[in-house]
Amino acid sequence: MSALTAILIRDMRIAVRVGGGALIGVLFFLVVVTLTPFALGPDLALLKRIGPAILWIAALLASLLALDRLFAADHEDGSLDLILMGRAPLELVVAVKGLAHWLTTGLPLIIAAPLIGLLLDLDAPAEAALVLTLFVGTPALTFIGLIGAAIAVTLRRGGLLLAVLVLPLTVPVLIFGVAAANAAVAGPVPFGTPFTILCALTLASVVVGPFAAAAALRQEME
Amino acid sequence: MRLSASDLACARGGRDVFAGVSFSVASGEALIISGRNGAGKSSLLRMMVGLVRIAHGRLALEGGDPELTVGEQAHYLGHQDAQKPSLSVAENLRFWSGFLGAGAADIGEPLAAVGLDALADLPAAYLSAGQRRRLSIARLLAVKRPIWLLDEPTSTLDAAAQVRLSELMRAHLGSGGLILAATHGTLGLNGAQELRLGEVK
Repeated sequence: MSALTAILIRDMRIAVRVGGGALIGVLFFLVVVTLTPFALGPDLALLKRIGPAILWIAALLASLLALDRLFAADHEDGSLDLILMGRAPLELVVAVKGLAHWLTTGLPLIIAAPLIGLLLDLDAPAEAALVLTLFVGTPALTFIGLIGAAIAVTLRRGGLLLAVLVLPLTVPVLIFGVAAANAAVAGPVPFGTPFTILCALTLASVVVGPFAAAAALRQEME
Repeated sequence: MRLSASDLACARGGRDVFAGVSFSVASGEALIISGRNGAGKSSLLRMMVGLVRIAHGRLALEGGDPELTVGEQAHYLGHQDAQKPSLSVAENLRFWSGFLGAGAADIGEPLAAVGLDALADLPAAYLSAGQRRRLSIARLLAVKRPIWLLDEPTSTLDAAAQVRLSELMRAHLGSGGLILAATHGTLGLNGAQELRLGEVK
C-alpha cells in the first residue's frame, strides 16, 4: 500500500534530520546508563546484578522521549487533518507511525545496548539475553506509548501527561523484560518463562495499541 | 457530479455555529462561502470532509465513487500547510502525492505550475508563508481529485500568485471539477454561487 509506505519513509526521514528524535534517544540512553555507575560507585558485583534493570529503565525513558511529538507535530501543522480524511485506514497509519518510531528510536537502542552493557560489567551471555529481551520488548513500549501520544495530541506540554499515562502501563513489560534478562544470567527461573510472557505482551500491544490510538485521535479531533 | 447539502447545522463546543444551510454545486461550478469571522466558514468546509460532525441535516454526493466518502474524493486546503520544515519542497510534495494515492506521480509539473520548481531541493523551513501556501496548492495539482475545498486560499499570496490561483481554479472547473471556497476577498471566478453564512437563520 503506497500511502503507508509514504508515511513510513516520511517519518523515518524526519526522525533522522535536524530536530528529529532518533539520535537524541540513543544519547539519552547512553547518558542515563553512564551516570548510574557514578552514582552507585565502583561495586562491580552490584552493577552486574542490577545492570539489566538499569538498561531497561533507560530504554523505557529513551523511547518515551520522541513519542510526544509523534502525533502532536502532525496535529500542529495540519497534516493530521489530511491523514484523518485519507483513504488509508487510520489504524494502519497509526501502526506504521509506531513502526517508524521503533525503527528510529527502539532499534538504535538495541544496537547500542551491548556496547553500553560493558559499562555495567555484563558478560557475553548476559548481553545476548539483554539484547534479545530489548528486541522483543521495546516494540511493546512504542505501541503502548502510541495510546498516550494520541490522547495527549491536542495538549500543549503533552509530553508530561504522556509520561504519567504511559509509564504505569509499561510496568508488565519492564517486569518480564528484566526478569527474562536476569533469568538468563543468574537463574533460577528458566529464561523461557518470562521471555514468552514478554513476547505475548508485545504481540498484544501491537494489536491493541493502534486501535486504541486511532480511536483516541478520532475523538480528539472532533 | 453534484454535491448538495440540505438544512446543515453545526454545533461546536456546545454553541450553535450555523443552522439551515443548503446549497447545491455541480461539476464545473464554484461556491464561494462568505461571512463574518466565526460564522462557521471553516467548520462548513471541515464538515464536508468529515473532520467536524454534522449536527443536523444531510450531505449528498451524486455521481461520485459510491465506495468513497466525500473527503476521500476531495482536496482540503486548510489554514495550516501540512508541511514538514525538515523535508525539502520536493519531499513534502512527493509524500502527499504518495499518501493521497497518486503513487510516484510526476511532481515537476505541479511545482512548475506554482512557480516553485527552482526551489525543489530547499528545505521547507526556508519558505515564506506565501511560498508554503503555493506548495500546498501544488498538492491539489499533483493528485487529481474532483472536489476542491479551499479555506482562505488567497491569504498570504501576492497579487501574481492570486492571479495564478484563479487560472488554476478555472482550469479545474473547466475539466469538470467543483470548488467550494471560503474567502473574504474575490477569487476571480465569474458566475460562482455565493453562500453567506450568518444571515441564513
